[in-house]
Amino acid sequence: MSLARHPKTLLVIVAEAALEKALVRDARERGAQRWTVAEVHGAGVEGVREGAWEADRTIELKLICDAAVAEAIAEHVIARYAPNYAVALYFADVQVVRPDRF
Amino acid sequence: MIDVVVLFFLLGVFARLVGSDLRLPEALYETLSIYLLLAIGLKGGIELSRQPIGLLAPQVLACMALGFAIPFVLYPLLRSLRLAGADAASVAAHYGSVSVVTFAVASAALAREGIAYESHAALWVAVMEAPGLVAGILLARWAARREQGAGGTARWRELAHDVLFGKSVLLLLGGLIIGAIAGEAGAKPIAAVFVDPFKGVLALFLLELGLVAGARLAEVRRFGAAVLVVGVAVPPVLALAGAAVGWALGLSVGGVALLATLAASASYIAAPTAMRIAVPEANAALSITAALGVTFPFNLVAGIPMYIALAQWIAQRSPT
Repeated sequence: MSLARHPKTLLVIVAEAALEKALVRDARERGAQRWTVAEVHGAGVEGVREGAWEADRTIELKLICDAAVAEAIAEHVIARYAPNYAVALYFADVQVVRPDRF
Repeated sequence: MIDVVVLFFLLGVFARLVGSDLRLPEALYETLSIYLLLAIGLKGGIELSRQPIGLLAPQVLACMALGFAIPFVLYPLLRSLRLAGADAASVAAHYGSVSVVTFAVASAALAREGIAYESHAALWVAVMEAPGLVAGILLARWAARREQGAGGTARWRELAHDVLFGKSVLLLLGGLIIGAIAGEAGAKPIAAVFVDPFKGVLALFLLELGLVAGARLAEVRRFGAAVLVVGVAVPPVLALAGAAVGWALGLSVGGVALLATLAASASYIAAPTAMRIAVPEANAALSITAALGVTFPFNLVAGIPMYIALAQWIAQRSPT
């Protein structure tokens, strides 16, 4: 017997670490209930973000929520932060076991 | 003779320039910076317990005023180098704020040369971090309003929280208070960790900063001559202002040299983060390249000896 699975959306936002507080706050305001943050480093064609010291850090914020909530968060992040900050984001369909938690 | 800790910095820069795989673990960098901030605060705090408060108030106020004034002086100068309003304000804020490590290297140089300085000088560092940032943000708002008719709103409360309770000010002030409460005798049991190994830890930290600054050096080409001019020409001018304030306060020779160094130094930890949040439209790489890629190495290698000589020259000229 397998567990019942429920569809949800995973939204991953990769951004400058300076944005962490603001991103979490904005995501919560739009209905996100759970998230994880990890520090990452990497590069894009515009340049390298090595994370060698405080001002050069990059975070990866993962949120699992309803599709509409993920959409609203992504729209807001693109409009508010993308013009001036290094931001990348993507969606993925995921399945969760306890849907009420997200 | 160049200070031994500066040689570690140069080794770091060299390692970076030749593409070595040398890298200090993130956790170690974090640990070293916490250690340095606490140790600097503690050392100042122990001395603070011996100072009358009345004597300190004018120093604190003068240091804050100096940090606040620097961006306002720099801003028109940077604008004349054709920097955009937000960029000029952000660079100005970096120079208005201070570099704790530059301060630590300057005090090490003074100690090595046997020049006395006010041992509570860490207090100046702690109060000089924020005013320059506030001034820079005000300038950026003003520039945005002039250019677009309406500037964004600064989240002052959040910003104040991040600066005042951020790692550097919290640890410096925390160390100062702990040191002041404990006094020399009370701090003795922890001296073996926080006092004696200080210079060795500073050397290790500078090795890491050399690696970071070396990476920034490569960026200098991207921004051209303006960033070099700002990074090298601005610190000595600010040092003169710092030395003048120190002299007016009646500080010792070492104290004048330290205040000159603080005025000349540029923040590369608190300022970039604060500016990123408060002035997002500013080019962060430009400010960091000037502050960390040019000014920091310049101050370490050439600036600090110059500022010490300047303080000695002032002391010789002024009647005691």
